Amino acid sequence: MIKLDAVTRTYGDFTAVDEVSFTARPGRVTGFLGPNGAGKSTTMRVIVGLTRATSGSATVSGRRYVDLPNPGREVGVLLDASAQHAGRTGRETLTIAQRFMGLPSARVEEMLELVGLTSDESSRRVRDYSLGMRQRLGLATALIGDPGVLILDEPANGLDPAGIRWMRGLLRDFADRGGTVLLSSHLLHEIEVVADDLVVIGNGRIVAQGAKSELLASAGAVVRTTEPLVLAEALAAQGVTSSYVGEDGLLAQANAEHVGRTAFSAGVAVLELRPADGAGLEEIFLQLTADTQRDAASQTPSAPHLEGALA
Amino acid sequence: MTVVQHRVPSPATDRMIPSIPMGRIATTELRKMLDTRSGFWTMASIALVSLATTGLVILFADRGDLTYSTFAAAIGVPMSLILPIIAILSVTAEWSQRSGLTTFALVPHRGRVITGKLMAALAVAIVGTPVAFAIGALGNLGGAAIAGVSPVWDLTLTHLLTIELANVLGMLVGFMLGVVVRGSAGALVAYFIYQFLLPTLGLILAAKQAWFSDLQPWVDFDFATGALLEGSVTAQQWLQLAITGLIWLVVPLAVGLRLVVRAEVK
Repeated sequence: MIKLDAVTRTYGDFTAVDEVSFTARPGRVTGFLGPNGAGKSTTMRVIVGLTRATSGSATVSGRRYVDLPNPGREVGVLLDASAQHAGRTGRETLTIAQRFMGLPSARVEEMLELVGLTSDESSRRVRDYSLGMRQRLGLATALIGDPGVLILDEPANGLDPAGIRWMRGLLRDFADRGGTVLLSSHLLHEIEVVADDLVVIGNGRIVAQGAKSELLASAGAVVRTTEPLVLAEALAAQGVTSSYVGEDGLLAQANAEHVGRTAFSAGVAVLELRPADGAGLEEIFLQLTADTQRDAASQTPSAPHLEGALA
Repeated sequence: MTVVQHRVPSPATDRMIPSIPMGRIATTELRKMLDTRSGFWTMASIALVSLATTGLVILFADRGDLTYSTFAAAIGVPMSLILPIIAILSVTAEWSQRSGLTTFALVPHRGRVITGKLMAALAVAIVGTPVAFAIGALGNLGGAAIAGVSPVWDLTLTHLLTIELANVLGMLVGFMLGVVVRGSAGALVAYFIYQFLLPTLGLILAAKQAWFSDLQPWVDFDFATGALLEGSVTAQQWLQLAITGLIWLVVPLAVGLRLVVRAEVK
């Protein structure tokens, strides 16, 4: 179990991680989703103690990570597959981890076989590895200590489609046998296949979290209209909350028929109207991803609304 | 690359896990000094340079100079210059190669990792110097045999020990620069400034300015360690070594260690 409680990390005036709280539970794969620069990696570094939190706390299995006696035996960590000494062979890289953890040396070969690195490949220097091979080596390093918790930052990067499917199977299997998996990605589709829970982060803040099934089945309708402001007010007058999606869209917390009738009586022209069916999550995510410029994201009042709508 | 379907090891539940002993960290860090391409070639270069300098001494030195001290110096000098680079790279690689992301995740108490590296660096210096002495002894025997003279053993045990101490201090300088700079390129540049530029400047300044000439033994670390290589060290020279060592080694090392423990690892 991984538990974050109001973790904040600032760099001068810039708040990279802003009051982030969530729990990754045993037996479940928790997808940590957000566009590049949203604060995923900083949050993960805070969990494993590589970055100090400005405030708030993070625990793994009920303890601060730095208080774990031999962290590699309890938590498998892969933060950046490219962060390996380029002049060391893959097998040697794994041997170093095996020695730090005090494991039998046979574990090295077991892990190489598990992640599908051949004897020839493992004898090469990491400098000559493709990103996919580095990911496999990093995953081997994370798994070698037989941990109960996995923390993986963008592990699917650089893997081919077969590799991605293989990794999903591995993580599913790990969680099904009681393990906790925290897995980050900037691609919704990559993560929604394997995740049980989702935590969505944008500009350092959590914008949605919960069971994937709930988030994807979230009620509501997406409507595009020429006058979103008028429709939003008309909906609000009936006690229906809504939030902006893109330029001319609204995500309303009511079914499509209700939204249609409200638009009709308000005299607003509707361009598109459909049940949300998880589109809400995707819309949030697309919007977050589109607004990579931080100032653009803060112009629209929608982000706080969305949190209320989906959290 | 083949995709292997394989049973994943079962996630651990509650079990007693002992903490990582310091000895294991030190021996693993020692292994890390030698198992990379740069580590390997740094060590190999010491052996190659030792052999080359021994050969050069036999070929070119005057017969009267074919003594143990000549051979020991010919081997010891390149070794004392190259050994600190191993200490530098051992620390800086964690940042420059970014392997610290794994190392400090496996051993989150960074002070323990740095202590392990320090122990490994000291072990290399303490063991490496006698090896140089031994190669020098072989060179002395060989050189004397080739020249047809009886070998001259002109180094005392005390002198060998002070040379060894000088090498250990040199290794610590490399370690300190690695900790302070935390980048391979920057630390190597700093090392060459520290090792070559500063002593030269000190030499020039002492020659031109009388006041500095008197002050130099008390502020110039390189000057003070020079006494160790000369052999006979007076009480005053020991004191000068302690004071300059405090200024040029202990204080920056303490500052650097504080930075290392607090710095963000990315």
